[in-house]
Amino acid sequence: MINAVGRDIPEEILKATGKEVFQGVHHFDGHVYKKHGPEVECVINSNGSKMVDSIHDVLVKCGIKDGMTVSFHHHFREGDYVVNMVMKEIHDMGIKDITICASSLGKAHDPLVEYIEDGTITNIQSSGVRGKIGEAISNGRLKGLAIMRSHGGRVRALVTGETQIDIAFIGTPTCDEYGNCRGIGGKSDCGVLSYAMSDAFHANKVVAITDCMVPFPNFPAHISMTKVDYVVEVDQIGDPKKIATGAAKPTTDMRKLMMADYCTQFVVNTPYFKDGFSYQTGVGGASIASTISLAKVMKERNIRMRFGVGGLTKPMCDLLINGQVDALLDTQDFDLAAVESVKDLHHFRISAGEYANPFNKGAVVNKLDFVILAALEVDVHFNCNVVVDSNGMITGAQGGHPDTAAGAKCAIVIAPLLQGRTPAICTDVTTVTTPGESVDVVITDYGIAINPKRQDLIEAMKDVDLPFKTIEELRDIAYSIAGEPQKVQFGDRVVGVIESRDGTIMDVVRQIKPFEFDD
Amino acid sequence: MFLNAQKPGLIKDPYIYKPDSIMLDMEDAVAENQKDAARFSLYHALKTINYRGCERVVRINGLDTPYWKEDIRCAVAGGCDAIRIPKTESAQDVKVVEAEVVQAEKDFGREEGSVLIMAAIESARGVMRALDICESSERLFRNCPFRWRLHQRPSDTHYRNWNRAHGSKTEHGDRSTSAGVQCFDTVYTDLDDMDGFRQDVENIHLMGFDGKSIINPRQINIVHEIFTPKQKDIIFAEKVVREIDTKKAQGIGVFTVDGKMIDIAFYDGAKRTIELAKASGVYKGDL
Repeated sequence: MINAVGRDIPEEILKATGKEVFQGVHHFDGHVYKKHGPEVECVINSNGSKMVDSIHDVLVKCGIKDGMTVSFHHHFREGDYVVNMVMKEIHDMGIKDITICASSLGKAHDPLVEYIEDGTITNIQSSGVRGKIGEAISNGRLKGLAIMRSHGGRVRALVTGETQIDIAFIGTPTCDEYGNCRGIGGKSDCGVLSYAMSDAFHANKVVAITDCMVPFPNFPAHISMTKVDYVVEVDQIGDPKKIATGAAKPTTDMRKLMMADYCTQFVVNTPYFKDGFSYQTGVGGASIASTISLAKVMKERNIRMRFGVGGLTKPMCDLLINGQVDALLDTQDFDLAAVESVKDLHHFRISAGEYANPFNKGAVVNKLDFVILAALEVDVHFNCNVVVDSNGMITGAQGGHPDTAAGAKCAIVIAPLLQGRTPAICTDVTTVTTPGESVDVVITDYGIAINPKRQDLIEAMKDVDLPFKTIEELRDIAYSIAGEPQKVQFGDRVVGVIESRDGTIMDVVRQIKPFEFDD
Repeated sequence: MFLNAQKPGLIKDPYIYKPDSIMLDMEDAVAENQKDAARFSLYHALKTINYRGCERVVRINGLDTPYWKEDIRCAVAGGCDAIRIPKTESAQDVKVVEAEVVQAEKDFGREEGSVLIMAAIESARGVMRALDICESSERLFRNCPFRWRLHQRPSDTHYRNWNRAHGSKTEHGDRSTSAGVQCFDTVYTDLDDMDGFRQDVENIHLMGFDGKSIINPRQINIVHEIFTPKQKDIIFAEKVVREIDTKKAQGIGVFTVDGKMIDIAFYDGAKRTIELAKASGVYKGDL
């Protein structure tokens, strides 16, 4: 069945997942549903302790068995030890057919491939996967389906009960014996626990895993003891060096600086750039550079930002230090400066649900004026691909891309015209992750294209001296340089589903196969 | 903007940064045993890449090396706009190169005279003979004195050695101008010192140089900013051109514009300011 972005979703996948095809970003606006709730085992007896000696013991206490769904968060990024630690134990206990529901998985989790191969893990739900897990999925090694969800879409799946987590494992930098978790302090300081907060609300069993026990009460708790069943202390939950890195040195790559400059010029010429505007940006070189150059213009014109959202890095936190923004709303910290900034009174932690869930009574993304995003590919319909690379391999994550693009008044995607030898601006993206109706502007090193449905922005830029082009012109330049790429050839089997944030199917990812030439 | 001809990543699309001219380097940037490989990428870059109006100059290897003739053949065959001769010391150097260029134009079916020549003057001897060099060939359109080599001493970092270089550069500029040849300044190599770079460009601009050689696209904006005529200069130039045109018709030779004495001697300068402003995209008037 063809969906609203023109992708043909196979009937057997609709049947197997019970899902509908994507019908537009606002299709579910006003939709009424009943929230799903988890099982709760009451703790009334005050003699009990929540401390459990080992991962193994806690798995036994939680009643781990074949076919369960276990969840993890990705606040420890490439420094995470928790996923591998827990999955090794589950594997060693001989448990099979596990569904992993992670807010994201990265290269740190390459060891899971072994458990995919032997059937310990048969389904994966994640924002995306990188490294060897991505390769394994794309090569058809996962028995079931990989479901790629946006950060907001994941919370929706938990709230509606589409995904019921049996056991949530929450790595926490500090914890007390009764399960009050904080993202701050300890050896593995990650600042916030936004993605884990939804898991704590919706999982049947919640296990806090820490390498830094503190006396009760570990307050103010980011995740309350009222949600936590057990606490396990281990030697090390992560590698601090990879959890929060030093602030990235601002890029000196002129191509990125140029795109950042175009972006800033565009932003300041929109009607939304006025005192009290709101802004979110990513962690790519061009995004960070555009934040830095935007801060300069804000200072010159005496314009203040009301709130910034992220995925935060130093340049955003510097806005707070320099008094250029009233508040930061934080879902994740990418560097030490951001982790440090969490202690500021005007730096607020928000849950992934508050941030981006389309099925609550209004998420933060809906209040964004600007979001600055990146993409692997953008097509002439402004559809973006951020998950599948030009070989058809799953290699990225949706993250908050579709959520923020849908919510923001002005969603800007920055991409170089050519990613290496491959045109980033193309006729049809390999896989749609963010629908073109959410994407307003595409900025490349060769020019800027405004989505024709945004005639208001086109009008606002009438007298602005920037290299405006149509998206088709950009594609044509790309093709004139690199040639028109042949379509990636896939096998028949669907290995992954790109879920829209509302739970419908945006696209599917098929098993890769070696390229076959015509002659 | 200097670009190592051997590096596809550098030469594939430098035009996006809008330099006026790119210098595909076969000389110092390319290691001795990589000259063939560099020629290969040079030729194919020139043949296949649309540089979108950006002038393509090839810096060949020195005339004292075994490489320069093949460099010229490769560059001309590829379709370059100009050849840059390194370490030019005499009019003879230019003539020798010109002969090779003429032959290559014939061999590869290029229009005669389509490939221009640029002479880099990098020694005291070259400076002394600057006028001769400038007048040595119809094809010579630009020269480039290298402060670095003029004053190379262990204790001198070229960019802090302004005063010592100043004398020869001024003289050099004068000689170039008198021969009707563009004069470009050498590179500034400290990419982290953007203030020093700006000061350097302001100085050479005041001295009358026509342009600046650069090593990184990050330096482009500053050069363009300094060489782009200021609005007040454009307005004044526009007045001068219009007034001289009207007054000439009325039979008046000398008069004042905004309190300044103006006569026909100012005409070319004012025209040049307008042309520069047009080329820089800041003049939308009808002159």
